[in-house]
Amino acid sequence: MSGGFFSRGFRGRRRPVEQGTQLPPGQYLVEGFPVLSAGPTPRTPLEEEWDFSIIGEVDEPRRWTWKEFQALPSEEITRDIHCVTKWSKLGTRWEGVSVDTLLEGVETAAEFVMAFCDGGYTTNMPLEEVIGGKAWVAYAYEGEPLEPEHGGPVRLLVPHLYFWKSAKWVRGLRLLNHDEPGFWESLGYHNHGDPWREQRYWGD
Amino acid sequence: MGEFRLDGNAAAGPLREVFSFEVTTAQYSCVGCGRTDRLGAAMVYEVRQLGTIVRCPSCDNPLIRLAHNREGYLVDLRGTRYLTTG
Repeated sequence: MSGGFFSRGFRGRRRPVEQGTQLPPGQYLVEGFPVLSAGPTPRTPLEEEWDFSIIGEVDEPRRWTWKEFQALPSEEITRDIHCVTKWSKLGTRWEGVSVDTLLEGVETAAEFVMAFCDGGYTTNMPLEEVIGGKAWVAYAYEGEPLEPEHGGPVRLLVPHLYFWKSAKWVRGLRLLNHDEPGFWESLGYHNHGDPWREQRYWGD
Repeated sequence: MGEFRLDGNAAAGPLREVFSFEVTTAQYSCVGCGRTDRLGAAMVYEVRQLGTIVRCPSCDNPLIRLAHNREGYLVDLRGTRYLTTG
């Protein structure tokens, strides 16, 4: 963990914490940013290899190089995040491209989406969970480029669901007509993952 | 020749023997790249309380994925073609 996250003086901007009122059930508050990785940290060369794509059940696949991706309209996002391992972090600040922007003009009848990543990680969601201003592809955290250990160059940000849905090192979205379980969803973790309904495991 | 079919309990003996094998010296065969090696020589990622992921050192394919939830353990072996116990 880089010490940089703690030295930029943003603590004062956090919303006051009234514990128990802002946290989903079973969660506790952390100040740091725990790192959870299920594999090695990929380091794909940005200029030569990296791209972001929308594929699957679409009229025509979309693809952006790193340069093109950075030129897309971006948004600043401040949201609470909740990990299924029970830590929550309030008022995290991100910058990135809305999934709405990426899907602009895309014609599809798909109802589901699978995020795919460098390193082979996947996570699935209904398409409606990532549209309408609910999900972003983020490349900056607290005003700095997103560090590789936290998913840089870009990670998906779906803050209203447990944070495993906010896939690190995301490289694209595959639109699907049917639902498929992703990496953790196929290993006993809840298919939907709403922290306010405490959907941690199968059967919750 | 008639079928001689029993329920799963009948396999309890041999399965108990197999699933109590010495893990570190067992040999795996990787679905991703075909590598065979000792499980003890694979790479392990402990993902806090989320799970344990055993990966092939050649191709990073997850050989064994293990998670713990309220009910108990869930083990996913789809990344392993077979295991040879010593």
